[in-house]
Amino acid sequence: MDLVTLWFWLIALTFTLYFFLEGFDFGVDILRPTLARTEAEERALTGTIGPFWDGNEVWVIAAAGLMFSTFPVWYGAVFSGMYPLFVLILLALLLRGVSFEYRNQVDSARWRAFWDWMSFGGSVVPSFLWGVIMAKLIEGLPVNAESRVEGGFAAMFTPFSLVGGVTTLLLFMLHGANFLLLRLHTDTVLYNRARTAALRWGALATVAIVAFVVMGYVTEGLFESFGVVPWVFPVLAFLTLATIWLALSRRRDTLAFTMSGLTILFATVTVFLALFTRGEVLPSTLDPAYGLTLRESASQHYTLVLMTWVGGIFLPLIIGYQIWNYYVFRERVRPDEGALTHGY
Amino acid sequence: MDVVDLSRFQFASTSIFHFFFVSLTVGLAFLIAVMETIAYVRKDRREVYGKATGFFGHLFLINFAVGVVTGIVQEFQFGMNWSEYSDFVGNIFGVPLALEVLMAFFLESTFIGLWWFGKDRLKPWMRLASIWLVAIGTQISAFWIVLANAWMHHPVGYEVVDGQARLTDFGAVVFNYKAWLYFAHVQGSAWVVAAFFVLGISAFHLLRRQDTDVYSRSLRIGLVFAAVGTVFSVVSGHTEAQVAREDQPMKFAAMEAQWETSESPAPWSLVALIDQDARENRWSIEIPYVGSILAYNSLEGRYDGINQIEEQYDAAYGEDDYTPPVAWVYWSFRIMVAIGSLLLATAFLGLFLWWRRKGGLDTTRWFLRALVWFIPLPWIANFTGWMVTEMGRQPFMVYGELTVAEGVSANTAGEVLAGLVGLWAVYLALIGLDIYLLSVTARAGIHRKPEAQLVAAPAPDYEDAGFQGYERRN
Repeated sequence: MDLVTLWFWLIALTFTLYFFLEGFDFGVDILRPTLARTEAEERALTGTIGPFWDGNEVWVIAAAGLMFSTFPVWYGAVFSGMYPLFVLILLALLLRGVSFEYRNQVDSARWRAFWDWMSFGGSVVPSFLWGVIMAKLIEGLPVNAESRVEGGFAAMFTPFSLVGGVTTLLLFMLHGANFLLLRLHTDTVLYNRARTAALRWGALATVAIVAFVVMGYVTEGLFESFGVVPWVFPVLAFLTLATIWLALSRRRDTLAFTMSGLTILFATVTVFLALFTRGEVLPSTLDPAYGLTLRESASQHYTLVLMTWVGGIFLPLIIGYQIWNYYVFRERVRPDEGALTHGY
Repeated sequence: MDVVDLSRFQFASTSIFHFFFVSLTVGLAFLIAVMETIAYVRKDRREVYGKATGFFGHLFLINFAVGVVTGIVQEFQFGMNWSEYSDFVGNIFGVPLALEVLMAFFLESTFIGLWWFGKDRLKPWMRLASIWLVAIGTQISAFWIVLANAWMHHPVGYEVVDGQARLTDFGAVVFNYKAWLYFAHVQGSAWVVAAFFVLGISAFHLLRRQDTDVYSRSLRIGLVFAAVGTVFSVVSGHTEAQVAREDQPMKFAAMEAQWETSESPAPWSLVALIDQDARENRWSIEIPYVGSILAYNSLEGRYDGINQIEEQYDAAYGEDDYTPPVAWVYWSFRIMVAIGSLLLATAFLGLFLWWRRKGGLDTTRWFLRALVWFIPLPWIANFTGWMVTEMGRQPFMVYGELTVAEGVSANTAGEVLAGLVGLWAVYLALIGLDIYLLSVTARAGIHRKPEAQLVAAPAPDYEDAGFQGYERRN
């Protein structure tokens, strides 16, 4: 495997990890209004992601930084080409990030309600928009002969990209619910509500992902470039999703969470595979010849060599200490216990 | 305003907002790590330093999260608003940026949580190691981003092939003298921000005679940091100016509003009425010799004026307007230098009071009162310092290679304006809340609960601040 290919897949890995990790903390924030009935329950739910969300969010910074260094042309085209979407994501992440901190600053129900909305909306918007962005990546943008993206806000929303957005939104909600099953004490009411939510949103997520794959294959013809083997990935994504239902009904929580994680993995790989098999990182909707190719948008060899050393040393290290972080805070959360005095 | 101006304004304002938070983060992390180390090592002072660590650690945490979320904007902005620039420099500029994320961001954001929330789960040495990892992470982060910035001011180790800068020597990029100078300056000023933050808050409580045992300690630690930080900033800043005279002569001339080549020995302008259109100063108060001292550490020597440099640049880079907004650069520089000198004098006056007689520092009330008022000054100096260095290199984005206008994305002005309005609204709210929370928490001190608190990390029981069971766990 040459370095361009390696880095393309390392960026895919970074996005996958981002969706896997921040996926569940988005999910928890989105589900919170429907799951929590009391103040203690609200805080318990926040407590399940409290020590983790910040570290999870850094993966998106990593994705952008790695894309910049290894595929600068791709990075520039995607981030400027979908400018309004990224502005919305940034605003959402800003407001959501501080909502953790500022929610209880003022002892007023209206103040808390405001920040609850920020935390909810700040999770819904990026969950949805990342799906739109991933769908647009494979569907292509109006890239012109100078490798610049034309067209505005409306061009971002096509039936396919909207379905993509709904898919990631529902997937993250399911993933969040599964995560809660691992983080809440099993004898709490919240735990039972989380299970119900996982089943409900899981069913809808299955419908969405089937719609996404079918649209990709049939109406849009986006996965045509796949040979026989790459078919495995979208099929696996669907299979893992179906397994979740089985796991949930048999109370195999870890299996359910693993499966929703795998679904995210396979779905993300499918997106990147659709690009890879065409040799393009950003197809053009104006003229197929204008699309950004994998080779042309990559950095020079020397930079890639350098980045391979850097990534090879630090990525395993980061993954290692993040896992340790999860291990330290592995204790399950209970709504009544210390939540009001010890933070989160 | 067109897309270029809007994008520039957006980048400048989001960076300044971001730096408002992170300069405190970078400096304070180190101060807290030192406090916790003393608490860890010295059993007899454990209680006092434990309280100080808990108290300032809490303030650190309030500020930290905002620095992280505003950092995402920075990382996305290069692609969003400056895609042409990204294409041009990606081979080189992306590397330190990626290194910053991989070496620093993950480290900081993971270990800050372990340090604060892991109090009752981690052994004391692990806690101590966590805060040191956070402190080291912040310095690494500052190093790589400043290195990337310095490359834009003084590009090295590259060649331009097919309209793209290609890396030829990464060693040259890492050992770019400009990068190390900038790093020393940014580092020093971050220490100054944090030191005067700690000094002001400690002085506030000492004036009210609350918890004097804790605050007189933090006052002393702050003072040492302030002295080291100001000396660092002043020395590196002075060197930076001299280096700019050589590799960015236009910036140096603009800092001094020197339109025509100076005499030898060169005087130094204290105040001037600058007329950019007429390309001259209508009026100026000058101090003899100081200009040469600044430029050469010597009582003689002349340096080129803006008009002469403009001609040189026209010859080197093609006909264009290479004169930066002189009045902005000139005044920003003077404000920064004035504040820097005042802070340097304050730090050493404090050391003098400390040395002169026992307890002299804690009882000199006018000095303590001044410290409280000085809290915002380092931020203003930082802000104006960035104005000098970034406005002074206009119109270049990558010095001598790419202008700002060439680097911008093909966005519409409407898109950028809409985004800008949204970002400003959120940032103003963030800064307001940050200042509000910091001041409420700082005023409440150790024995009273602040009237508003972090939900993520409410004011801890500072009495033990996580140091309970220290003996047992050790």
